[in-house]
Amino acid sequence: MTWVNAVVQGIMLGGFYALIACGLSLMFGLMRIINLAHGDLAVLGAYLTYLLLEHWNTSPFLAILPVIPVMLLIGYVLQRVLLERSLRSGLLVPLLTTFGLSIVIQNLLDQGFSVDDRSLGAQAGSIATSSWQITSQLSIPAIGVLTLGLAIVIYGGLQIFLSKTRSGRQMRATAADPDTAELVGINSRAVYARATAIAVAIAAIGGVFLAIRSSFSPYTGPTYLIFAFEAVVIGGLGSSLWATLAGGIVLGIAQTIGGQINTEYPVLAGHIVFLAVLLTPRGGLLNLRRSTA
Amino acid sequence: MSEQPLRGFRGAPRLITRWTRLSAGFTAGFGGLIVALAFVPALSAGVVQDMTGLLILVLMAVTWNALAGYGGLVSIGQQAYIGLGAYATVWLCNHSVNPFLAMVVATMFCGAVSIPLSFLLLRFRGPQFAIGTWVVAEALAIWVSFDSALGAGTGTSLSQIDSYAPTSREHYIYWLTLGLTAVLLGSLFLLLRSRLGSSLQAIRDDEEAAASVGVRVVAGKRILFLLAATGAGAAGAMTLANTLFIAPSSIFSVNYTALMIFMVLVGGLGTFEGPIIGAIVLYIVQKEFGNDGVWYFVGLGGAAILFAMLLPRGLWGTLEERTGLRFMPLGYRLRRPSPPPAEDPV
Repeated sequence: MTWVNAVVQGIMLGGFYALIACGLSLMFGLMRIINLAHGDLAVLGAYLTYLLLEHWNTSPFLAILPVIPVMLLIGYVLQRVLLERSLRSGLLVPLLTTFGLSIVIQNLLDQGFSVDDRSLGAQAGSIATSSWQITSQLSIPAIGVLTLGLAIVIYGGLQIFLSKTRSGRQMRATAADPDTAELVGINSRAVYARATAIAVAIAAIGGVFLAIRSSFSPYTGPTYLIFAFEAVVIGGLGSSLWATLAGGIVLGIAQTIGGQINTEYPVLAGHIVFLAVLLTPRGGLLNLRRSTA
Repeated sequence: MSEQPLRGFRGAPRLITRWTRLSAGFTAGFGGLIVALAFVPALSAGVVQDMTGLLILVLMAVTWNALAGYGGLVSIGQQAYIGLGAYATVWLCNHSVNPFLAMVVATMFCGAVSIPLSFLLLRFRGPQFAIGTWVVAEALAIWVSFDSALGAGTGTSLSQIDSYAPTSREHYIYWLTLGLTAVLLGSLFLLLRSRLGSSLQAIRDDEEAAASVGVRVVAGKRILFLLAATGAGAAGAMTLANTLFIAPSSIFSVNYTALMIFMVLVGGLGTFEGPIIGAIVLYIVQKEFGNDGVWYFVGLGGAAILFAMLLPRGLWGTLEERTGLRFMPLGYRLRRPSPPPAEDPV
């Protein structure tokens, strides 16, 4: 039963990783770049929510609502100012500039909020701590169900956006072939900026859930960037968004089962599964649609 | 070279040369500088430890640039070898190997470890390679922190080196760092001048085009990967020697990659001399602002962003581009035969 419990906890943990990984996957699918500051932007979202809660006595689930438009704007500006120029210089430069941005964000957060660990768990109230006890060894935490549910809603919503709306179809066209998309009148730069705005806003939601589930500090970002990237790769780089959700769940289960074997192993087990997946011929479990080239 | 007019192709035959008067002088000066640096401890003992620090930065910058600048592979995980070089030294010393021999063996060990890893990581480039290397470094850090014989998470010190008197110890460490730096710089220089070097520069400029004319891209990259791992391993072993204490969280820190990216971008990505310039700039910046904590790192990250976007060839690359001068004889030049062949009246 403990193993069943590990798998169930892993699925919910995976929902959380998928939430953080969603924006990373969207940006890679569209622009073939990885934003190395993605984890730090998630943490920035958590800090903005934290800041708001200092002046406004409410739940973090409400406080995140005004943070979302701010993060949309930050994502839009990030694309227009930094990534757009970096993209023009090839594959290397976006990695270098976003890594630089990551260092800048971490240290500015350190300057503004000090290096102390913080958490929003207390402000979230009973939902952060309560759980349903199914048997003596299997309990389902409410926050886990909420995170996984929200991840499914966001992935589903994004899928509907990409297939049903004009803006989403433009995004898919640009992802498939930016030059041809330009020929039929799509402004790819505007498409990219919109996508990055959405990616950063979803990262911020992930960051707030991180803050509710456990603690965060200015230097927490890279850990979750790595987890998010592992989720994207395990699912299959450049394949569908749903593959990233599946990849997140595989990573989550790997970590909880590793933790079941030895309490020191969860992160290492996740890394080993990731490296093992890199060794597979296609370099991803669900690389069904197209190769990453 | 670009200064040759096109009509030259119909005129007198051109000679292909590698050396110019400038590059010969510069190379000789460079070799002379390394020899001169060996006498630093004799001249001014107070700066030995600082100079060791500078040489460690040079090691990191030059070998990171070999991978990124020539192989087009941005690694975020060179701290894997920095940590491995340091911990392998500790392990060897714990097994009663002479500390200085241990540093050399640990350096070579890092090179050896990189070969099997290259088969995993070199299947990728771009973001997958970047984060793949990072995950390897994280996994190694966790693995080391489980080992209580190596001090686990709290770290360990190199106590065996205490049998040497502090001053002579500092000198030996300096000379060994200088020797390792000279060997790695020399290897890179010879590598870039070899036939393989031409293919490496072709890979740097356009990987697909290079592959299409028969350049063995992966083989070239593997050699760079090996060189970069060896250099980072040497930097790790010498960092341990210079500070005498290490902990997994600091020696496997991704901050080392931040330093490497800063040095290479400021100096000049894909140039031979640029990373050395970058290391000197970082050394000065560390002296001036190293105690400013967060603002120091904000400055490093910000400068890296600005250089990547506005001056992508860095200080040295831009200088070469603007002046058309090449200071090291790494490429080929076309030259008119001189003196011009005398016209034979018969």
